[in-house]
Amino acid sequence: MSASFAILAALVVVSAIAAMTLRNLVHCALCLAVTFIGLAGTYLQLGAQFVGLAQVLVYVGAVAILIVFAILLTRSGEPGPGRQFSATALMGVGIALAVFAVLGKVITSSAVAKRPAPPMFDGSKATVAKFGERLMTDYILPLEVLALLLTAAMIGAVIIALREKETK
Amino acid sequence: MTELLEQFPVTLKHAILDVLSKFLPEWLLPIASAILSITPILIVFPTIFALTTVVERKVLGRIQNRPGPNRVGIPLTNIRLAGFGQFIADGIKALIKEDIVPRNADKVVHFLAPIAVVIPALLAYSVLPIGKNMTALDLDAGVLFFFAVGSATELSVFMAGWSSRNKYALLGAMRAIAQMVSYELPLVLSTVGVIMMTGTLSTTQIVEAQAGGFWHWHAATPWGFAAFFLFLVAATAEANRTPFDLPEAESEIIAGYFTEYSGFKFALFFLGEYLGLFAMSGLGITLFLGGWHAPLPALEVVPSWIWFFLKLGVFIMFFIWLRGTLPRLRMDQLMNLAWKFMVPLTLITIVAAGVWRFMDPGFTRCLTVTAMIVVPYLLLSNALFTARGVGKRTYRYAD
Repeated sequence: MSASFAILAALVVVSAIAAMTLRNLVHCALCLAVTFIGLAGTYLQLGAQFVGLAQVLVYVGAVAILIVFAILLTRSGEPGPGRQFSATALMGVGIALAVFAVLGKVITSSAVAKRPAPPMFDGSKATVAKFGERLMTDYILPLEVLALLLTAAMIGAVIIALREKETK
Repeated sequence: MTELLEQFPVTLKHAILDVLSKFLPEWLLPIASAILSITPILIVFPTIFALTTVVERKVLGRIQNRPGPNRVGIPLTNIRLAGFGQFIADGIKALIKEDIVPRNADKVVHFLAPIAVVIPALLAYSVLPIGKNMTALDLDAGVLFFFAVGSATELSVFMAGWSSRNKYALLGAMRAIAQMVSYELPLVLSTVGVIMMTGTLSTTQIVEAQAGGFWHWHAATPWGFAAFFLFLVAATAEANRTPFDLPEAESEIIAGYFTEYSGFKFALFFLGEYLGLFAMSGLGITLFLGGWHAPLPALEVVPSWIWFFLKLGVFIMFFIWLRGTLPRLRMDQLMNLAWKFMVPLTLITIVAAGVWRFMDPGFTRCLTVTAMIVVPYLLLSNALFTARGVGKRTYRYAD
């Protein structure tokens, strides 16, 4: 474990915890953006340039902005009344740990875990050119299906927005 | 002599590294090398910013038929330097001014926003090839890095506007984000043609593909020319410059998202904005205007980095000229221009670039590609101007 990984991991974990526990929703959204940046840093450190930069472009540039806008347009970022932790919080943590332990036990004792690990992939070989080549040859069908899905979603959103205007 | 000047910054760096390698431990050397690559960026571009503030005020003054700043020179002497001491005075003023934070402001976010504006702007320079062998970070996906870093600015603008607890600041931030999100699309799409043509996302290789005189530059082809102009318009909007300065329209919303900032934090916003503009100009030079290449092969005796900064200077003067000439757009005009004109036209330039790639060179190719761009341009601009929203303004209550 290198020093840069330790720094990135600490950044991701601390900002993720902050995103969950802070009272102000906008603060939470900003902390979530920091988490996204930290994850992008991890990808870059592994040599996956395209994934890392796309992570920043999509998650920090678009998703975080969308979350922030949604918060502003629906209600104020001010924390509402009420306690932060419910009375059964401790029990919840206990149940979560128990589920994690059971799942971990099952996975480590399954046949998949006993299979020999595939050779470590050298991330620095995953150039953007290769990435594009694979997308355009081997993975062309999933790519097209995704594109179609996104176009349909966008057209749907536009139609919903249009109808509201007509009834006015 | 030419060779010496050409690689002077690189040789200087290696010389310093050689000296350092005698004192520093092995593991510190990569960090020292990185710091040596970053330092010139941190010195040169803020210096250009400082000079630009004076030049902009002087040129705007000339455009408006007044002298502009011409008093401040060297203190305690009568030397005026034509007013070029102004930026030092401004810097000192910004540093010693009181820093006022609104009582209700979100203190932490309010403090972090100016920093979050400057850092992405500076990061963007790391992939710009300033001269031959002079790219601080020669990434395989350099153009993608540039846009990824640029998209982080939107969040910092929101941080500034939201944390100030001021309606003008929030309005400015909303306008800024709406504008940046809308114009980011044509900005990125206008560069796709270049990336398709060179087959790489690396800024260094894109510059290398344009070697050998201005007729090899991407802006010299019909599709490249159109894409370059679309890029220029989108870049002006991304940098919040007139005629797209709605986020900080001083006659409408005071100063927009940095209304509640004073002293050096205000100066940081100013710096971040100009650094963003220079970085965007640098990307335009890299993608369309041959980067650090000389316009004529015979002129290559002049060092490559001088060509880069000359081109940057032309860009800066162009933006100042625009600011002195054009009025501000209205919000609906802004959005209509982005979505109904820029986006379709950038998509068409991408197709035109593809046609250019696969047709035989010659007059027919030139004519076909030009027609492919000019006809939709005329149709779209006609539709935009006859469409509701552009033209004479109608008032609901004021008539």
